[in-house]
Amino acid sequence: MATQAKKTQVSMKVNGAEVDGLVEPRTLLVHFIRENLALTGTHIGCETTHCGACTVDLDGMSVKSCTVFAVQADGADITTIEGMANADGTLSALQEGFRQMHGLQCGFCTPGMIVRAHRLLRENPNPTEEEIRFGIAGNLCRCTGYQNIVRAIQYAAAKINGVEFKEAAE
Amino acid sequence: MNDMTLTREQREAKLEGMGCKRKRVEDIRFTQGKGNYVDDVKLPGMLHGDFVRSPHAHARVTSINTEKALKVPGVLAVITAETLKTVNLAWMPTLAGDVQMVLADGKVLFQNQEVAFVVATDRYAADDGVNAVEVEYEELPVLIDPFKALDPDAPVLREDLAGKTTGAHGPRKHHNHIFEWTVGDKDLTDAAFRKAEVTIKEMISYHRTHPSPLETCQCLCSFDKVKGELTIYGTFQAPHVIRTVVALIAKIPEHKIHVIAPDIGGGFGNKVGAYPGYICAAVASIVTGKPVKWVEDRIENLTATSFARDYHMTTEIAASKEGKVTGLRVHVLADHGAFDACADPSKWPAGFFNIVTGSYDFPVAHLAVDGIYTNKAPGGVAYRCSFRVTEAAYCIERAMDILAQKLGMDPAELRLRNFIRPEQFPYNSALGWEYDSGDYATAMRKAMETVKYAELRKEQASKREAFKRGETREIMGLGVSFFTEIVGAGPSKNCDILGIAMFDSCEIRLHPTGAGIARMGTKSQGQGHETTWAQIIATEIGIPADNIMVEEGNTDTAPYGLGTYGSRSTPVAGAAIAMAARKIKAKAQMIAAYKLEVHEDDLEWDIDGFRVKGLPEKFLGMKDICWIAYNSPPPGMEPGLEAVSYYDPPNMTYPFGAYICVMDIDVDTGVYKVRRFYALDDCGTRINPMIIEGQVHGGLTEAFAIAMGQEIHYDESGNVTTGSFMDFFIPTAVETPKWETDYTVTPSPHHPIGAKGVGESPNVGGVPCFSNAVNDAFSFLGSTHIQMPHDYWRNWKAAKQLGAVG
Amino acid sequence: MIPGQFSYHRPGTLRDAVKLLADLGDEARPLAGGHSLIPMMKLRLATPEHLVDLAGIGELKGIRRDGDAIVIGAMTTQNELLASGEIASSLPILHETALLIADPQVRYRGTVGGNVANGDPGNDMPALMLTLGATYRLKGPAGDRDVAARDFYQGAYFTALEPGEILASVSIPVPPSGHGYAYEKLKRKIGDYATAAAAVVLTMKGGKVATCSIGLTNLSETPLLAEEAAQAVIGTTLDDAVLKKAAAAAIEIMSPAGDGRGPVEYRKHVGGIMVERALKRGAARAA
Repeated sequence: MATQAKKTQVSMKVNGAEVDGLVEPRTLLVHFIRENLALTGTHIGCETTHCGACTVDLDGMSVKSCTVFAVQADGADITTIEGMANADGTLSALQEGFRQMHGLQCGFCTPGMIVRAHRLLRENPNPTEEEIRFGIAGNLCRCTGYQNIVRAIQYAAAKINGVEFKEAAE
Repeated sequence: MNDMTLTREQREAKLEGMGCKRKRVEDIRFTQGKGNYVDDVKLPGMLHGDFVRSPHAHARVTSINTEKALKVPGVLAVITAETLKTVNLAWMPTLAGDVQMVLADGKVLFQNQEVAFVVATDRYAADDGVNAVEVEYEELPVLIDPFKALDPDAPVLREDLAGKTTGAHGPRKHHNHIFEWTVGDKDLTDAAFRKAEVTIKEMISYHRTHPSPLETCQCLCSFDKVKGELTIYGTFQAPHVIRTVVALIAKIPEHKIHVIAPDIGGGFGNKVGAYPGYICAAVASIVTGKPVKWVEDRIENLTATSFARDYHMTTEIAASKEGKVTGLRVHVLADHGAFDACADPSKWPAGFFNIVTGSYDFPVAHLAVDGIYTNKAPGGVAYRCSFRVTEAAYCIERAMDILAQKLGMDPAELRLRNFIRPEQFPYNSALGWEYDSGDYATAMRKAMETVKYAELRKEQASKREAFKRGETREIMGLGVSFFTEIVGAGPSKNCDILGIAMFDSCEIRLHPTGAGIARMGTKSQGQGHETTWAQIIATEIGIPADNIMVEEGNTDTAPYGLGTYGSRSTPVAGAAIAMAARKIKAKAQMIAAYKLEVHEDDLEWDIDGFRVKGLPEKFLGMKDICWIAYNSPPPGMEPGLEAVSYYDPPNMTYPFGAYICVMDIDVDTGVYKVRRFYALDDCGTRINPMIIEGQVHGGLTEAFAIAMGQEIHYDESGNVTTGSFMDFFIPTAVETPKWETDYTVTPSPHHPIGAKGVGESPNVGGVPCFSNAVNDAFSFLGSTHIQMPHDYWRNWKAAKQLGAVG
Repeated sequence: MIPGQFSYHRPGTLRDAVKLLADLGDEARPLAGGHSLIPMMKLRLATPEHLVDLAGIGELKGIRRDGDAIVIGAMTTQNELLASGEIASSLPILHETALLIADPQVRYRGTVGGNVANGDPGNDMPALMLTLGATYRLKGPAGDRDVAARDFYQGAYFTALEPGEILASVSIPVPPSGHGYAYEKLKRKIGDYATAAAAVVLTMKGGKVATCSIGLTNLSETPLLAEEAAQAVIGTTLDDAVLKKAAAAAIEIMSPAGDGRGPVEYRKHVGGIMVERALKRGAARAA
């Protein structure tokens, strides 16, 4: 069996920077990001497309990078958690929301959660709680029980929309 | 300088001390993807290791052929038990006094057991190598059902124990028997049952599950041949214990072992134990001279690296007709899998299961636990609970409901009648614990009032009538649980791990400008220690929490401690922090007395410094004291301002809580809906209410998962049928209920700051609450006990068996 | 969980893709969204030597109206289905179902073609296609052919696709305006396959069912068309007795496997309930 596979050149834009690399066709995008690009904020939690810890934004879509080959992403425009902060380096509304609302504990699901929430708010700037829960259902968290993640996303939505964040009455 | 223009409130607020909802320090890096987890650590020349695993649950290994694997490009070595025997590491000691194969030595005893370790240049090549190793097996009869383990003709699993009639915890009565552990007075208990007006008996099972943190277990081992030093980065909840264990079994001097637990992506008990992956990576590094990383995948994590629960608890309560409990008798069949790798304090083969008398005043009780071997993964870790405490709480809370049902009494009322009363504390339980404090009835009543319990019962009664009339296919359950945890292991008089007493520690060093660093023997896996530990220090010594850096996880720099699990961090390390801070404060007081030219006794503490009693303008703040301590200490005093404390607690702490769940179940599909869940926790003094609430949310979510579907299930051949996140139930945001939290405060009388620990309470109290809700829903149809997990099909099956569906 | 090695091909046209698959033979697999195939490869349950990525083929994309039918290119994603106004108005059951497939991330990648073509009995779209009377356009070395969805599925992961053939598009006759529809799916959690699911498309006339079609997901090795169940409701007002009769007829043809979602008996039972509920909800929606 295994002979050394022919490697392929891939190039893509990651967090605004043009990058390239030589990969085996079977190299998973998450490994390309973590190993070749040394962007370790994107995590691996389940490897079976369930947990969403590896979520990156790819050409305007949230995708689980453990289930995409790097060669499939050739030419793509990708944003990872490392590209989420504001241009001036301050925390984005979502990052700030997660901190203010205690939307994270161990931090392992957080990058995927924030990257996913980023796309969710782009597509639906005023989501209801139900829409948020449905919109992040591809991301598992073992620590928070999601309640504060939902609040974090509501906080961010309010901040982005320039309105005051009001907690829904129980 | 201390700014005396600030009000007292402003000075308090500036500290962000205890009681403050301080935002987390950790979040700055975690929200930006700048955490540093084990798999993020890369060392030059690093290799990767991966396991060949057994597809069979019980088989002889007749041959292992590594020839093809060694020809795979990138593969450098294949380690087998034969390799490990040359360094005497084919087997390793477990925390429970048993031994465990590191790699299959002649046979395999559970599916996915480690058989060989392939070392390669990267993880892709390692996986290729794993697929090229050829192993031949000869299948043996498989033992999965724990109730058949002690049959005379049951398969012999542990041939290595042949002829050993005594194990680490006393006599063994069968080849698959590990230990029998008994507590309590059997004769008195039997007598209570003979005299009882009412008794109940039920076999209550708590199924096997798994902690499954989002980050799996992993390590990176690097052996420096020149220096003879081994550095291990790993997902360790107890880094110092790992260092000592490695020193003991690998015969490397302990000062030449550097264990570093960087950021950890959740633990929940999974990362307490020592696993074959750690040993193999270390050996591989020693053999190759290069750093070797081992990262398990999710299937490996769920099927091989520990498990939790698997307790089968035959439970009997004796009581009077009025509902006063008079005796408790429990027998547990404890399925430990193929090796006894239970992560309990060494003298406690069934953990603290003898907290099974719960929150109730049982005059007598007797407990017997039989540990047995089966062809399942080893482990038995405390998944978000103190040692076997969730099993105990489930057992008693389910049994109390069964008793209430038999007596025709409301389950909340039965609990109120039997609670240990406030004036009975400290309370000595029939099974040997001294409960430190509690006010159970107040908590229970507050919970009942908040949810309008009586109205819910009325609603349930009318729904039941409607169901009987055929107007609805939905049944309503009202689950009540009242738990008492036992956490904070623990006093060295009865708690140790492999002989290491279970103290914990803190070292605080203040710098001249009024900032400092604090290090502990604990290790956060998401609990937010960097935030909360600084809050304790801030309150104790008046240095703002923002000026205290908290560091854990590096055994070279942190004082020796036993780590973070069993909700022990706040009860033990939290106390050490307060004690270390008080040592500093005592020295600071001497400095202040000298500078203010008064006797120490004439000083009083005032938020962030010392003031001369009766002379409010004569004040010296801690920030100034820090500078003075280094640069102009009183004559004869050593410069510097630091302290270390090792805290050996006088007792455990006993957090408690009252939980209520309202659930609706569609009998036709078994689909349930949690309408409401209310959790009242009393964890004593509250350090950071925001973090407490987050912990409760998380623990309830895990409890929900466990009660309602999460299990490690084996088929008859010993195959795990729930080995991925498709089948192992981890709820998403959509399935997860909304949580309501509440609290009372009953400080621990023996803890320096009165805190008790909270992270695991919601799991301990939550599981019985959900299960009681399901059982309560079905009870009017004639059932007394339905086993967990209560997933849809099992609910339907229950409804069908009770005649509610055709 | 690392896939075995393979060679990667990314043709720009359907003709090239067909030629590649024909030339490479049995060891080549087409790659669409990859969310079924890649996990199988990571477990090394699938070890193709060649992957032919269809992502670069523009002609496989898009949703268009062709007379009385809607034609959906095989590489159209679930998310694109959800975004389509045409689908929402003409084939709302597709919209409803796509929302119940997996999770948001998977829907961005998962394609209609992949969902209908790989023969996984757990996939939701196939039963829908049976219910709607869809036809699949298959392109192969020997040319094009159209196969009715109801003739396509032969067993678990076993379909009418011949080696070298690619499913290029799905053509769905647009149901009459005012039709009722529902997809009832029972699953353990988001991301799970159906424990049981039923699709219903019907029309009502004068308070009675005029036409009806019922499909079943994950209740057999293949998606099922419950024809007798559908017959049982035509001409009725869907009273309880009729619903029970339809469910019983549907249960007759179910043969699910017992698994973590429940034993056979349960899955059949809830399969019947999904049929009842889909009929009721569908009828309530019909004009």
